[in-house]
Amino acid sequence: MNSTDQRATLEFDDIQHILLTRAPALTGRYEFLRFRTAAAGREWLARMLDTVQSAQAASETLDAHKRWVSVAFTWNGLRALGVDETSLASFPEEFRQGMAARAEMLGDTGSNHPEHWLGGLASPDLHAIVILFARDAAERDRCRTMHDEVVAGCEGMEVLSTLDLEATPPFDYAHDHFGYRDRMSQPVMEGSGEIPTPGSGAPLKAGEFILGYPDENGPPERLPQPDALARNGSFLAYRRLEEHVGAFREFLRQNGATPEEQELVAAKLMGRWRSGAPLVLAPDRDDPALAADAERNNDFSYAKADPHGYAVPLGSHIRRMNPRDTGANMNRRRMIRRGATYGPALPEGSPDDGAERGIAAFVICASLVRQFEFAQNVWVNDKNFHELGNERDPIIGNQDGTLEFKIPKRPIRKKITGLPAFTTVRGGAYFFLPGLRGLRYLAALGGDGKDDRHG
Amino acid sequence: MTDTAKPADWTKPSAMAIPKQGYFEPQQGRYGPTFPKTPANYGFTIIAKIKPGREATIREYGKTIESAVASLPDCLAVLKLHYLRWVLFDIGKETYFMYQGIFDTDFDKYTEDAIALFTSLGVNTVFENLEGFPEDWKTNAPAFIKFVREHQRPSFLEYGEYPFVSAEEIKKALRLKAAFSDMLDQMQ
Repeated sequence: MNSTDQRATLEFDDIQHILLTRAPALTGRYEFLRFRTAAAGREWLARMLDTVQSAQAASETLDAHKRWVSVAFTWNGLRALGVDETSLASFPEEFRQGMAARAEMLGDTGSNHPEHWLGGLASPDLHAIVILFARDAAERDRCRTMHDEVVAGCEGMEVLSTLDLEATPPFDYAHDHFGYRDRMSQPVMEGSGEIPTPGSGAPLKAGEFILGYPDENGPPERLPQPDALARNGSFLAYRRLEEHVGAFREFLRQNGATPEEQELVAAKLMGRWRSGAPLVLAPDRDDPALAADAERNNDFSYAKADPHGYAVPLGSHIRRMNPRDTGANMNRRRMIRRGATYGPALPEGSPDDGAERGIAAFVICASLVRQFEFAQNVWVNDKNFHELGNERDPIIGNQDGTLEFKIPKRPIRKKITGLPAFTTVRGGAYFFLPGLRGLRYLAALGGDGKDDRHG
Repeated sequence: MTDTAKPADWTKPSAMAIPKQGYFEPQQGRYGPTFPKTPANYGFTIIAKIKPGREATIREYGKTIESAVASLPDCLAVLKLHYLRWVLFDIGKETYFMYQGIFDTDFDKYTEDAIALFTSLGVNTVFENLEGFPEDWKTNAPAFIKFVREHQRPSFLEYGEYPFVSAEEIKKALRLKAAFSDMLDQMQ
């Protein structure tokens, strides 16, 4: 560690925009790439450099821009580009192993197992992802064509698979295919200039999310090497989560006699009404005005307001993913989420059409094992979280039909047994998201004429 | 993933013999294989040699923990403990420290929380008196965890008179008993 590591001022001109900005995109596309040779990968990266915006550039041009591009690499991808063994060994164990190798601990078993994943995501040949967020479909198509040309111009580049993103209607606020409003609760970084909404906690040290800055435990430690590659980088956990909308709606019908009762069941699973209104603040009926008011819609906690879960069941999704004042060491467990929905919307009342639809999202954090894997292993999939005995997260947990979901209620709780799986993991991977300087470092590898035959 | 939802009958005392490696089938945790839940719940027994001349220092930490818990009774709550036993014993001319904990959660799950807690309470440094303990443990969770795992001596038998019952369930039962007792008083 040198003295420059102590700087807390964020280098906005080097940090990839996805860490700090939320692009006003309605569509997008992910492309999953393989470098057949190191030279091909570096050539591709060199051609992509100009399209990858820093946080500063993105925020300065947000209104004028129509597309936002990010690039990140698996550990195998870094090796394929020719990163040396000393540097490769300096990356954390969980990143070196990759998400698929850690499936059992993550709860990716049964139908979620990597052997069922799509698009080559479980393969060691997955080397990189290019993330495109676009304002509209026309811009996405334009960018796709341009990227096709870049790939075609780099002999040895292979596109393993792609995924088109589509926002689901109505477009006035972000929500998933089940209809739950998204983006309600995000941590804010110190120095980012953002002001946390009430209830979102104080800004956290940037080192919780970006490598090279102090974190909640002190100065940065044991960063990957070299500094030119690691600084201003971060780790992404990618999850492609299919949402079984037909099964979800059928479940609501079976567990609620009226539309109002069905809405309440949906709210109990999430901990918020589908509008986004939190059950702690609106326990009995939906409150769309509260849902839309950022000053109020995240301003709650559990320990005093709802210790037994009468409003928000102890096992509900938001109570697991952010236990707020009922979890320990919370400042070291927070994550930034980015992503979008994919697949066609299923109109209300339509039978399930068999099409795949869901969420393709990134969890962004400085430590996959401490942040993402903890959340997945403990909050999402520990059957005994909050002493619940036989539950997992009802929305994203590994459900095999044998578990239950308990809804505390006076005088006697309601227990739903045989909870079906509403989601299935269809793919995932760990990526390293370098800063712009890190990208240039990678593109310039091998410039000394050393062995290029990686991959 | 560790199965924490074994159907338990607390009325039937139960014993479990455990294979030498400490687990039956390896189950992947974040930092390595996880150890199973037994009728005596989760736990570990860490045995490590102390640095020469540190016995008195280590004993002093007993007092430190005593007063920390006295002033803040729920300060160890995050560890989900039933019991802690700290023992010093000699083998030949060397002294060993045994840290035995019985708790309700797989150690792998809350390791970082435990380290943060030890740091915040200032009781942590007892470990620094053990040979081979990583000096940078406060900021190096993986090294701390590696030390613990290397010095863990798994049980080969565990027994529970009321098997698999959590501390929280016991406290709930006692609260219920107190509430009933109070109710009966009110009925007089």
